[in-house]
Amino acid sequence: MNTTWSRFNIASVVLGFAFLYLPIVLLVIYSFNESRLVTVWAGFSTKWYGEMLRNEGLMNAAWVTARVGVLSASIATVLGTLAALALDRYTRFRGRLLFSGMVYAPLVMPEVITGLSLLLLFVAVGMDRGFLTVTLAHVTFSMCFVAVVVQSRLVSFDRSLEEAAMDLGATPVTTFFEVTLPNILPAVVSGWMLAFTLSLDDLVIASFTSGPGATTLPMKIYSQVRLGVTPEINAVCTVLIGLVSTGVIAASIVGKRKEVQRRREEQAAFAEGV
Amino acid sequence: MKSLGSIRKSFAPWSDPDAKPYIVFRNVTKRFGDFTAVDDLSLTIFEREFFALLGASGCGKSTLLRMLAGFEEPTAGEILLDGQDLRGVPPYRRPVNMMFQSYALFPHMTVEKNIAFGLRQDGMPKPQIAERVAEMLKLVKLEKFARRKPHQLSGGQRQRVALARSVAKRPKVLLLDEPLGALDKKLREETQFELMDLQQDLGLTFVVVTHDQEEAMTMADRIAVMDHGKIKQVATPPEVYEAPSSRFVADFIGNVNLFEGPVSEVDPSGATIRGADGFAIHAANAGTARKDETAWFAIRPEKIRITSQQPEGAGPNSIDGEVWDIAYLGDMTIIHVRLDSGKVIRASMINSARGSDNPLTWGDRAWISFAPDAGVVLTN
Repeated sequence: MNTTWSRFNIASVVLGFAFLYLPIVLLVIYSFNESRLVTVWAGFSTKWYGEMLRNEGLMNAAWVTARVGVLSASIATVLGTLAALALDRYTRFRGRLLFSGMVYAPLVMPEVITGLSLLLLFVAVGMDRGFLTVTLAHVTFSMCFVAVVVQSRLVSFDRSLEEAAMDLGATPVTTFFEVTLPNILPAVVSGWMLAFTLSLDDLVIASFTSGPGATTLPMKIYSQVRLGVTPEINAVCTVLIGLVSTGVIAASIVGKRKEVQRRREEQAAFAEGV
Repeated sequence: MKSLGSIRKSFAPWSDPDAKPYIVFRNVTKRFGDFTAVDDLSLTIFEREFFALLGASGCGKSTLLRMLAGFEEPTAGEILLDGQDLRGVPPYRRPVNMMFQSYALFPHMTVEKNIAFGLRQDGMPKPQIAERVAEMLKLVKLEKFARRKPHQLSGGQRQRVALARSVAKRPKVLLLDEPLGALDKKLREETQFELMDLQQDLGLTFVVVTHDQEEAMTMADRIAVMDHGKIKQVATPPEVYEAPSSRFVADFIGNVNLFEGPVSEVDPSGATIRGADGFAIHAANAGTARKDETAWFAIRPEKIRITSQQPEGAGPNSIDGEVWDIAYLGDMTIIHVRLDSGKVIRASMINSARGSDNPLTWGDRAWISFAPDAGVVLTN
């Protein structure tokens, strides 16, 4: 591998990262601004974080978002995992192509269309829009992401493990919970996290399917921004960024450590011989 | 320990007409779409037998094993185990256990938990499980590794965990799918003998699938040679080697020289084949040969004599040719002799004396000869 950095390489890396992260860095810096004006720096302060915590509307929205996220991600994970299992196991049933197409369609479906069609459905069946409808809508579009993640793990899953379990007397249900699930768990967990994140930052579908009393955080932020950006919003966003990046970094560190440890143990076993 | 050799020697239920078969395949056929993996196959296996299914990949031997384990249902025919029809019985209710080619150890469980898995499914009380697991660990000499996970073990250790796990439940039948395929040669040979001892100690019926003829010959009481979903021959290792029933079996097991020609005479003293390679062959056992039909004389390389001079009193069963190739393998030397007809004959000589200088070298004329009872006459 080439370890020397040419100027061109350095320049392209700097530019690339600047492009990606400059807006976010600005947002974080301005969340500590003393001034009420977002674009004028007037000294360091954490007062907007206090303001944020005292803003009941924002806090309510955050609470709604958290509940919608956890609930919809959980339901989507169960359904998505089941869909992935069906797609992986039954490779030759009638209409499999149609089924897999239907599972994956929401991946590429414009959100506006998903949102609108869900709205029409809820109106048609006479469901009052609110917490329940947002949650259902989020399940609908995040389920396919879970299915994709879990299915990619199932491809490399050794089916003979399940056969061995059944051969040793485990019923199919026991086999699933004691052998299959523990082995695909990392994919199921990352599927859940993906679904949760998607739910967390969804604005379009939530706008269509939410109702009074169930305003999610992105909706709240968006509506406030239309009245003018306040440093308070910057503070909320900074907290969100902090939460998400902590989660991602922690997950990757844990994963990396496990991988390294596993490799070391494998080498040790190999060196030991029989 | 009692002498296992004597038990083994006297163990031959297949030649006893009153013996009750333990596993019966009756006209079993298995099709996957258009492909016929097992074709109208019938077979009986006896209790405590070490039975080997031998064949090239794709011959249907693994499918046969998987049908016994319950992972596949036969398209037609029936399978009986100890008198019970296995049709529709799911794998988790069959009194058979399988050792998988990939070992299929549960990666998220320790060695102990892997071995205990089957016992837990049976609802065995915990103290008894612990006892049985300890016994199994001792059996495969892995006591020190009880708390390790499969990825912390070497290939040979994993193989033994898989074995311990599959015999922990004391199944009526143990199925082994290429049990030694992933081990290196030396370890494989050691393990073959360990498996044989284990089978004798536990008194289980073993059905092993393998493509390695040496493995099958070493371990099995009887071997079934399979090809294209059919059984070509079922016999003990010496029978399969010395008295193959067809050219396929003769060729599949070990090396063989085949001479083709019309049968000119069949009498009580045997059959005579007028060889197409310029010499007459007289075989002591005519087999199924009939006069004026084509037959093949099959003879193993080690049963051919090679001399630089024409053997005395040479009549049939000898011909000369040119030494074409010599391969020195240490324990023996393989010599290829090219007959004037163009056919290359393979002969092998045991190097019983040290540093014996072979009088033959490349390009020499040499005589090959063999006794009338050194080979068999085959007609199919």
